[in-house]
Formats: sequence, structure tokens, C-alpha cells
Amino acid sequence: MSARGYSELPVGPVILDAGNSRLLKTGAWRTINRPVFKEENCSQCLLCWLFCPDMAVRVEDGKVVGFDYEYCKGCGVCAQECPGKKGQKAIAMEEEKK
Amino acid sequence: MARVMAVTGNEAVAEAFRQINPDVCAAYPITPQTELMQRFAAFAANGKVDTEIILVESEHSAMSACIGAATAGGRVATATCGPGLALMWEMLFVASGMRLPIVMAVVNRSLSAPINIHCDHADAMGARDSGWVQLWSENAQEAYDNTIQAFRIAEHVDVRLPALVCMDGFIIGHSITRIEFLEDELVKGFTGEYTPLNPLLDIDNPKSFGPLVLTDQYHEYKYAQHEVMWTKVRDVVLGVAAEFEKVSGRRYGLFESYRLDDAEIALVILNSAAGTAKDVVDSFRERGVKAGLLKPRLFRPFPYAEVAQALGGLKAVAVLDRADSFGGYGPVFTEVCSALYPLAKRPAVINKIYGLGGRDFLPQHAERVLKELEEIAQTGRVSVIKEYIGVRE
Ligand code: SF4
Ligand code: SF4
Repeated sequence: MSARGYSELPVGPVILDAGNSRLLKTGAWRTINRPVFKEENCSQCLLCWLFCPDMAVRVEDGKVVGFDYEYCKGCGVCAQECPGKKGQKAIAMEEEKK
Repeated sequence: MARVMAVTGNEAVAEAFRQINPDVCAAYPITPQTELMQRFAAFAANGKVDTEIILVESEHSAMSACIGAATAGGRVATATCGPGLALMWEMLFVASGMRLPIVMAVVNRSLSAPINIHCDHADAMGARDSGWVQLWSENAQEAYDNTIQAFRIAEHVDVRLPALVCMDGFIIGHSITRIEFLEDELVKGFTGEYTPLNPLLDIDNPKSFGPLVLTDQYHEYKYAQHEVMWTKVRDVVLGVAAEFEKVSGRRYGLFESYRLDDAEIALVILNSAAGTAKDVVDSFRERGVKAGLLKPRLFRPFPYAEVAQALGGLKAVAVLDRADSFGGYGPVFTEVCSALYPLAKRPAVINKIYGLGGRDFLPQHAERVLKELEEIAQTGRVSVIKEYIGVRE
């Protein structure tokens, strides 16, 4: 977002263009780990999708298909919450490759 | 036809609120609140207004609820005083920063400790830098008139800032005086319908209020507040006053000049004590002393150029403050000095602190100050710049 002059600002700090948080690519915040999807262990409970603070769990036709790394900030909440199948998590946090 | 009544200052402002019929009033209902909101709550309970009254658990919450209601798009009013205004402090900046035209009556009271809720101006002076427009009132009539005008000023498209209307606690707030109320229809016509700028309740156009604004943009938002206060408010205040004079016959300006035209010495004094001081100015005039008085009305923004013009030609001026900035000068004094400093030739100026915690301001206090000014005007010498009036040693 470009910095605006005072005369270009709305009257008071109000965001008038709804949904513009899409412009903030939080994926750049990811430094140590990234979530990796192991489909074979997934029960499609969608808890990861529910818990992800950045809506970075990609769901197609009601099924988790992976992660949107443009927005995933690597917090690991999804991996923590994932119940997986038979004691095997369907999300692994793996080292972020530079 | 105006209705002439005998009411307290609190009742007078509650009546203005009734006539304006705000959408929402949020208030903290017990001490340090005055009876103002209680009177207004009775109007709501009796179906005289449609206002949604929100009774909250603190003054901080009262202002927070006002801010929420104003962002939703409502016309919002409240009242407070003394420690209540102090507790609102954080939220005052949110209201002005978000450019919400909330109108608040402030019945000026002192701040603890020691515990005392009688009149002084420490409360509103503490809110001086909060970005609210401030109108001050000598008596109940002015408080009523200022309240009605405050809605127009705050809501003006060029302004969109919250405004507070001050009157002296107890001396005006609790005392009964004669007042002329305007007809309901006149007030409704004068204040008109309120059109909010970006109401949250306009759900077809979703928006977010109160985002994080960091180093790259905060400075510009503050400049925008400065700019509207510095360049727009004065003209709007004068425009609204001119319109108000047409409907009421009562004239208002940025301040009141009392016998100042040919004056050589003058008092500058806010609110109710100006009434007492004007009588003393009259008695000095009868003795042939060219005394006058300036009573500020618009304190924020402060009309520096106009005050300089009104006082620049005098020999000596005393600024009387009913609040102190400990270790500094009184708040009105510093403004008057700032106004006068750019002039090549300016009067000598002294500062008197008076009436803290409701101590009476008596005619002999004004007399003593005017005598001191006479001496300063003659000799050109100031011995003490800042002094408390009537303090026991
Ligand atoms: S790591 Fe955090 S941000 Fe990334 S998908 Fe999981 S919950 Fe969302
Ligand atoms: S939380 Fe785990 S098991 Fe549930 S849908 Fe997400 S990846 Fe699959």
C-alpha cells in the first residue's frame, strides 16, 4: 500500500474498500517452518481450516488440498490442532528452505 | 415565542438535548455525573425523546459506547464532569482521531486529591490537547445556546470533530436562573437531520474503523486534525453563530469583548466569574478607569489572531485561570501570551490563579487585580507574573 498525503486520507482512519487485507501477503513473515500436507493421514475434519488465522488452508470441494504459501505465516496452529488419523498427523511442520 | 423559565444549568442543557433528540446517549449514572443526564434520562423514560440511553459502568465506557454509536452512524451526546472527564481521557483522543462529531456537556469540576467536586476548570483543561472543539459558557443561557450550536459545529462537513460545551459546576450547573428556551421546532430546524459520513450500519458498504496506522501514515492523520482545527473551525463557529443569532436574537463570537474598544487594562476570564468581573469593570469605568474584559468562548481551537487584535493595543492585561499547570502558568495565560508575542508592541501580562475547588471569586478579587493592572499600566513594571488570588498563608 502506498503512503498517502493528508489530503488524500478519508475523514478519520476508516477502511472503505472492504476485503483489502488480501493485499497484505503474510507469507513473507514465514521464517522457520512451513506446514506440509500429508493427505494419507487426513480425515477431512477441517479443523486446520477453522483454526488457521490467515485463511491459508486451501479447501476445494469441501476438502483440504494444501496451503496457500502467499499467506501462510508458518505459525503452526494447523499442525498443532490436526487430529490426523490413527495417531499420524496430516500436517507436518518442515524446515523452510531458503 | 421563547419560553422563559427558571431552571438550573444542568436542566437547561438537558432541555437542549431533549429538543435535539440524539439517537444515542451513553452516560455513567452516578457521581461524578451531575443531574444533567438524570434529567435527560427522565425525558427518555417518559417518551419525550427516542434516544437510546446506555447506562455504563464507568465514564471510560461511556465515551467508548458513544464512539461505537457514532461510528454506527448515530447522532450522539453525553455529559460528564471533573473526574469523569479525566477517566474518559484515553477515549477522548479516539473520538477526535476517528472524527466523530459527539457533543458532550462538561460541568466543570475540580480533580482529586484532595477530594472535591466543586467548580474549577482542571477537568476541561486536562482535555485541552485531546482534539475536541471547546466552547465555554458564562451562564445557563450560554450553555443552552452553545449546546445547540455545538451540534452544528461538530457535524459540519468541514469539521467532523467532537465538541464539548463547558459550564461551571454548581455555580451554573446547580443554580437556578432565568433562561429563554427556543421553540422545539426552531431547534429541530436549526440542528437539522444528521448525515453520518461513513456509518457502519450502512451494511451494503462494509468498512472497518480503527485500523492500525503506523509510522508511514499516523503523522498525516494528525496533520489532518491539526488542519481542520487550525483553518476550518473558527469560520464554522462564526457562521453557525450568525445563523443562531437570526433564530434567537442572541449574538455569539469567538469570545466576548466587554468594554474593550478604548480599554487600557483588561481581565481575561472564562465562564461564570466573567459575570462578577464585568460588574467590577463597570465600577472602574464609573471612576474613569479604562478597564475592559475578554471572555473566551472558543478555547479550542484558540483564536490567536483575533485575541491579539482585541488585546494588542492595551497597556496591561491579567489572565485569570481557574486551573493550574503546576510548575507552569495557567492554561489561558499561556494562550493569551502566545497570541500576543508576535506583536511588536504588546501589553504587560500577568497570571492569577483563582477559585480552585469551588472557592468563591468575589468582586474584591477582581478589584485588586484591576488596581494592580492600573499600577502596571502607569509604571510599566511587573513584579510577580503568576500568583494565586486569595490564598491563606
Ligand atoms: S501454519 Fe499457520 S498460517 Fe500457515 S496454514 Fe497453518 S495455521 Fe495457517
Ligand atoms: S486438521 Fe488435519 S485431519 Fe483435519 S482436515 Fe486438516 S489436515 Fe485433515
